[in-house]
Amino acid sequence: MDKLTRVVRWIDYRLPFFSFIDHELREYPTPKNLNYWWNFGSLAGITLVVMIVSGIFLAMHYEPNTKSAFDSVEYIMRNVNYGWLMRYLHANGATMFFIVVYIHMFRGLYYGSYKAPRELLWMLGVIILLLMMATAFMGYVLPWGQMSYWGATVITNLFSVFPFGESIVQWLWGGFSVDNPTLNRFFALHYLFPFLIVGVIVLHLVALHQHGSNNPLGIERKEPRDSIPFHPYYTVKDLFGLGIFGFVWAYFVFFNPNFFGEPDNYIPANPLVTPPHIVPEWYFLPFYAILRSIPNKLFGVIAMFGAVFILFFIPWLDTSKVRSATFRPIYKWVFWGFVVDCFILGCVGAHSPDYIYTNLGGLSNQTLGQLTTFLYFLFFLLVLPILGIYEKIKSLPKSLSEPVLQHKSHDKLKSLFILFFLGNVSPVYGTDSLPLPRESWSFQGPFGTYDRTALQHGFQIYQQVCAACHGLKHVRFRDLAALGYNAEEIKAIAAEYKVDVIDDEGQTVQKPALAIDVLSGPYKNEQAARAANNGALPPDLSLITKARVGGPDYIYALLTGYETTPPKEVQIAEGMHYNPYFPGGQIAMTPPLSEGIVTYGDGSQPSLNQMAKDVVTFLAWAAEPELEERKKVGYNVLIYFIVFTILLYFLMKKIWTKVK
Amino acid sequence: MTKTELNQPSSKKRQPTRRDFLLLTASAVGTLGVGYFAWPFIDSMNPAADILAQSTVDVDLSLIPAGQAITVIWRGKPIFVRHRTPKEIKAAEQVPLSELIDPETDQERVKKGHDEWLIVIGICTHLGCIPTGNKPTQDRGKYGGWACPCHGSLYDTSGRVRRGPAPANLGIPPYVFLNPTHIRLGVNEVSHG
Repeated sequence: MDKLTRVVRWIDYRLPFFSFIDHELREYPTPKNLNYWWNFGSLAGITLVVMIVSGIFLAMHYEPNTKSAFDSVEYIMRNVNYGWLMRYLHANGATMFFIVVYIHMFRGLYYGSYKAPRELLWMLGVIILLLMMATAFMGYVLPWGQMSYWGATVITNLFSVFPFGESIVQWLWGGFSVDNPTLNRFFALHYLFPFLIVGVIVLHLVALHQHGSNNPLGIERKEPRDSIPFHPYYTVKDLFGLGIFGFVWAYFVFFNPNFFGEPDNYIPANPLVTPPHIVPEWYFLPFYAILRSIPNKLFGVIAMFGAVFILFFIPWLDTSKVRSATFRPIYKWVFWGFVVDCFILGCVGAHSPDYIYTNLGGLSNQTLGQLTTFLYFLFFLLVLPILGIYEKIKSLPKSLSEPVLQHKSHDKLKSLFILFFLGNVSPVYGTDSLPLPRESWSFQGPFGTYDRTALQHGFQIYQQVCAACHGLKHVRFRDLAALGYNAEEIKAIAAEYKVDVIDDEGQTVQKPALAIDVLSGPYKNEQAARAANNGALPPDLSLITKARVGGPDYIYALLTGYETTPPKEVQIAEGMHYNPYFPGGQIAMTPPLSEGIVTYGDGSQPSLNQMAKDVVTFLAWAAEPELEERKKVGYNVLIYFIVFTILLYFLMKKIWTKVK
Repeated sequence: MTKTELNQPSSKKRQPTRRDFLLLTASAVGTLGVGYFAWPFIDSMNPAADILAQSTVDVDLSLIPAGQAITVIWRGKPIFVRHRTPKEIKAAEQVPLSELIDPETDQERVKKGHDEWLIVIGICTHLGCIPTGNKPTQDRGKYGGWACPCHGSLYDTSGRVRRGPAPANLGIPPYVFLNPTHIRLGVNEVSHG
């Protein structure tokens, strides 16, 4: 022990690392009355670390090339050890990061944390937000799905409104459209920006430690007993918060990993087709709504950028000398109104401009967007400056240690209200298409696993029916072991397929496929596929249940939903078939399933619905082969976080008993 | 209120408190969690499922005439598969072990009953160059095996190093005879199921 102390002293005398840590993280005097809203700063820091770590490991496998980016992401999901965990952790991590940071900012807004002498602290935070937005946007482009591509196109085109806009946009693209150079530079910058964020966070913390944290009362500390050392009081409290946060994050990673994602992003980027509903990630929705609400391109873009940049000026727009909203009876309600306004803006951004809210008396989404955009700017430009001058404030307590009247129950009610509101905001589109029949699937729910019999039957249907036109290029024969086949059976299944191999004379010859080969489709290329299918392209089915809104239910409805006689008002084109579940009602695929086309191993002939159910189960497995392992790991992780959180709760109570 | 006021100065002989217990348990659980969290990232750098699946290669020997050799790629490495003539086998078997840098009998380097087949990893044990001699047109060195172009190491018809600087014989990959004319590289026995 003594030796260690000597080494520490020797180092510290030359490089004051240990005294710095001691001073800034252990004894750092912190207001003793910080509530749980103050947890979110440290949570944001931890999230950033997890994002950087998972990002670096993902970058070891990701290929930033338009030809291989999409496939390399699927490679990570299917072949890399725990690749699915790293990717889902990273993708949901972006969402978690924004939730935490937005709460952190709203907290600053409520308690006036940006007021003198903390203006620069706030402004550095806004810079971090801007860097985060850029990083998140570029990260979303990397999987090179449809949303990636069209998101990149739309966002980069925003810059076209500025003088020399066209040159700027071409400079951003490195070409005349979003393409390989764009993807490459986005990857390079997506890797760089998090480290810039780390740099700005260091400045953010230096600025914070200069005057210390603000607190819920918003008054400066006056006596020593107003402060407590950061460690152990806030380390334990932050760790307790981390336990709850980790639980929420893990829930999404393991049990609902695509909740915040868009099915369209599981369709590879196609520069010729824009998805019918293009929406940004949820954390950009309010800004997207502002952009769309203004019917002029230039002013729309200015308003959108203005909505973010106005945050820089809050320290001066808010004229009130009192920091905490606790003592500002009017501002308190205006603040919550502003929060609600931001949520409504988010909803507006999620729905198409033509959407009509029938439950709000036929209010159109466009009008609602304009109203809420107006309120957004009204809050900053008019309410904040004027309220500070005319508002009658309650009397402030003399010190942090003086007991003040607290309306705890009110605060809790408001928090619940906000959580309720959050729960109601779904990033998914309100779709006006036919409601899907709900099937019960063996793999549904937190305990669901794939029914092995259904998988094998489904694979049989795939082989005998679907494989005539569709491929499964992300599935390899050896993956079929998950269906319950042994090595010899897999070898026999593979041998029925032929693959092109170049022999020693340079000729292309056909050889039986091996277990390591993929279940490629019957066509050599897209042109051949279209030529054989009346101009339509049978999509690869590897990800089909993830790539369609409604997932397995949609595919099931499509397979069983053909109608031989279309309604009178529908004109069916030559070679097309009527299927009300298919967007537009007309589909090129002939009804693929009919009774009697397959006989299962036990000699039974399944009904059409049974066949559809089996093949959809198989396709769901093809799209999410990691599902069972994911849920299993997920249970361990959730149980871990429960134990960790309970332990930390009692430890925290014990440590905090003496703080009055 | 400072830390010392809040926390009783710890005397060495005080009884362990509930707080100590909680602190220890929480630390243990926390450490466990960090370790558990680190594992997926570490494991992600191990060979991926498709790379592992490709780690066996079947080789057809029937096309290689006596005295010649082919090179096959297994796990990204060149594997020399050589069909030895009776003369070459005899030469390899008759070398006294005392003459060898890395003593090994020829019998130890081939599969029993398949003396004519020498299968070695074609990477010089010195610094990783690929020795010449696998093609009939290439120099095989004075011991009739392989010759490394980088630093002049020579190997004999059993793939054993006969002249340095290489310190060891050419490595033997794991392989198994599926039948007299087919081998599978990457496994030591054929598994069924």
